[in-house]
Amino acid sequence: MDAKKELFQKLQQDILLWQGFKPVSAGKAERIGLGEIENSFPGCVFPKKAIHEFVTVLPEQSAASDGFIAGLLAVLMENGAACVWASTSRRLFPSSLCLFNVAPERIIFMDVQTEKDVLWITEEALKCEGLAAVVAEVNNLSLIESRRLQLAVESSGVTGFILRKDGNKMASTVATARWRISPLPSHTEEGMPGLGFPRWQVELLKVRNGKPGSFILEWAGEKFEEVKKQTVWSEPEGRQIG
Amino acid sequence: MQRRFVSIWFRQLLADWQLIRRPELKDLPFVFAAPDHGRMIITAVSPIASDFGVQAGMRAADAKAICPGLEVLDDKPGRPKNLLKGLGEWCVRYSPIVAIDEFGMDGLMLDVSGCTHLWGGERGYLKEIVSRLKSKGYSVRLAIADTPGAAWAVSHYGTVTPLIPTGGQVDALLNLAPDALRLGEPALAKLRKLGFYQVKSFIGMPRSVLRRRFGEDFLLRLAQAIGTENEVLIPLQVPVQFSERLACLEPIKTRNGIEIAIHKLLENLCNSMQAEGKGLRTGLLTCYRIDGKVVQVDIGTSGATHNISHLFKLFQLKIDQIRPALGIELFVMDVPKVDDVEVPQEEMWTSTPGLDDKSVTRLLDRVAGKVGFQVIHRYLPATKYWPERSVQKAASVTEKAVTTWRVSKPRPTELLKIPVPIEVMAIITDHPPKFFIYKGVRHMVAKADGPERIEREWWLDQGEHRDYYQVEDEEGGRYWLFRSGHYGGEQKYKWFIHGFFA
Repeated sequence: MDAKKELFQKLQQDILLWQGFKPVSAGKAERIGLGEIENSFPGCVFPKKAIHEFVTVLPEQSAASDGFIAGLLAVLMENGAACVWASTSRRLFPSSLCLFNVAPERIIFMDVQTEKDVLWITEEALKCEGLAAVVAEVNNLSLIESRRLQLAVESSGVTGFILRKDGNKMASTVATARWRISPLPSHTEEGMPGLGFPRWQVELLKVRNGKPGSFILEWAGEKFEEVKKQTVWSEPEGRQIG
Repeated sequence: MQRRFVSIWFRQLLADWQLIRRPELKDLPFVFAAPDHGRMIITAVSPIASDFGVQAGMRAADAKAICPGLEVLDDKPGRPKNLLKGLGEWCVRYSPIVAIDEFGMDGLMLDVSGCTHLWGGERGYLKEIVSRLKSKGYSVRLAIADTPGAAWAVSHYGTVTPLIPTGGQVDALLNLAPDALRLGEPALAKLRKLGFYQVKSFIGMPRSVLRRRFGEDFLLRLAQAIGTENEVLIPLQVPVQFSERLACLEPIKTRNGIEIAIHKLLENLCNSMQAEGKGLRTGLLTCYRIDGKVVQVDIGTSGATHNISHLFKLFQLKIDQIRPALGIELFVMDVPKVDDVEVPQEEMWTSTPGLDDKSVTRLLDRVAGKVGFQVIHRYLPATKYWPERSVQKAASVTEKAVTTWRVSKPRPTELLKIPVPIEVMAIITDHPPKFFIYKGVRHMVAKADGPERIEREWWLDQGEHRDYYQVEDEEGGRYWLFRSGHYGGEQKYKWFIHGFFA
């Protein structure tokens, strides 16, 4: 029986490897800076060789997703690689990417007329090994189209981010993870005017072979920081000034 | 290598052409005439008409008086040039550089350096051209010499031999009339008046004397004929350095067949380009169909390359545009634009990825080939504060930024192309609004930052300045709002939403 169990484990490992999950080798875990969220993925590693799908219905959500992706791109593009951003109606403002440590000049925008062209460009770009990541804004994505993208990713190892605008028609796709990023009120020190760091509700709706979950995340200027719970600062009792 | 030139003179270009078209005119005298100052002036004469003494430049009415039964045909301006162009393109079989004789507009000039041995020497070469043109119906005179000027002179006025040996052009010119030097009428009249009936009577004179009498143009023509001055021919068809042709035994109709043809052509082309260290920038595939139509597709690359598989992929995107109809019998692939290709050093470790990565360049080529170059954008910082103009499109993929990106002020992740008007409720002047209504939804402002005033660039456009506020509503949505203009100004101020923060 033990031999059979071992065989199953081996096969499971192989399947995970083919699906783009790298096993954690001891002491050499590649972190992407998402903290606790990375534990939701199989092997506790953020899958880079995979398609990530973001559900953006409201413009606020799409702005939050852009910010979240930009934070991930900062890590993915660290080695100087370029990124392709394909869209039909792009609203991303390049100079804002600097706030997320991404060099906007290294992003190649492709603004085409039709959704078909976006998908074609996305597939071609995902096959291109010199890129770090590909971001595509589409309205809907069918199972077949997502499968094609997944196959392209598996051979090249480029990370794919798909921003989907239709929330109602949740067609099933083969994306490895489905996210929904919604903005949350930022936190400022008591009595301080202005806005705090951008804070999001990061919902991991679906993860293949992983644990979906919901997290609160903040972009703390340089990196992601997870917000455990609202820290309540109470006045130390008995302390008096003067 | 000694350069050799052939001059072909069509003695009766228009008349021959007309006889080929209408053989029934063979026994009739006819002339071509064009209107000039209200009269019909003869421009070309047929051999029979010239026997009657009719000459070009006469009035048609006078000619009719000399020659009874003369047929006068209408001449169109530019017809000789069109005829010569067609004949010149036919003559490309003899030499790649064929030019029209612009002086007389009745001949062709061929640069035949290194071509004549293919027809068994110069004599055989000239004989071949003469007999082929004669069988078509054109009577021609040819001459071959070291310079185009000497060849022209001998072909028009030579009496001894059309073969002028290397270095013999001066001797050949000596006994010719000065007309052989392609001079203008005033200079010729002056020469005749002074009694210079042969080139040898003035060729030995000092240049300064000749220049004073006959002008600079005279000296240039003389020098071009002798060979001390270079004469440049303007070829009808600019020879393409890299070109491959593939003739097919059976007409090609299928996509598969076209792909094989492209692959074969690319293999040969890329080998020859690689041998010279060149790479393709633009490529042109011409398909000759059996119904006589020609189909062309072209590709372009953003960097010189001689990589077969990459170029093949670019052509593959264009195969849909090739309509084979009944079949394609000949493929010709030209490379009109080449560049030196940079041979990268073999790298032992993985190369540093970036914008100039090979695979990225290829991706861009493919996208440009399928969708067009205009869809590819890259942005660089501009030294402007106005949000719409604070980024500029980069001209190329490798263009570097001249300034750094400004990060001191917050900028929204998503910027609306055109600001959208909103309704606001603001209690205190110059403070952020209490709430705003955008697309029918009321957003209560919980936190706000600002204002950041951005002045309009008055030298570019007219209008009000903007006071930008960064606001967050109670749900956590972060927006970039602005008020256009002052409170209580002459023009009514207005509020807009311009972007969304992450």
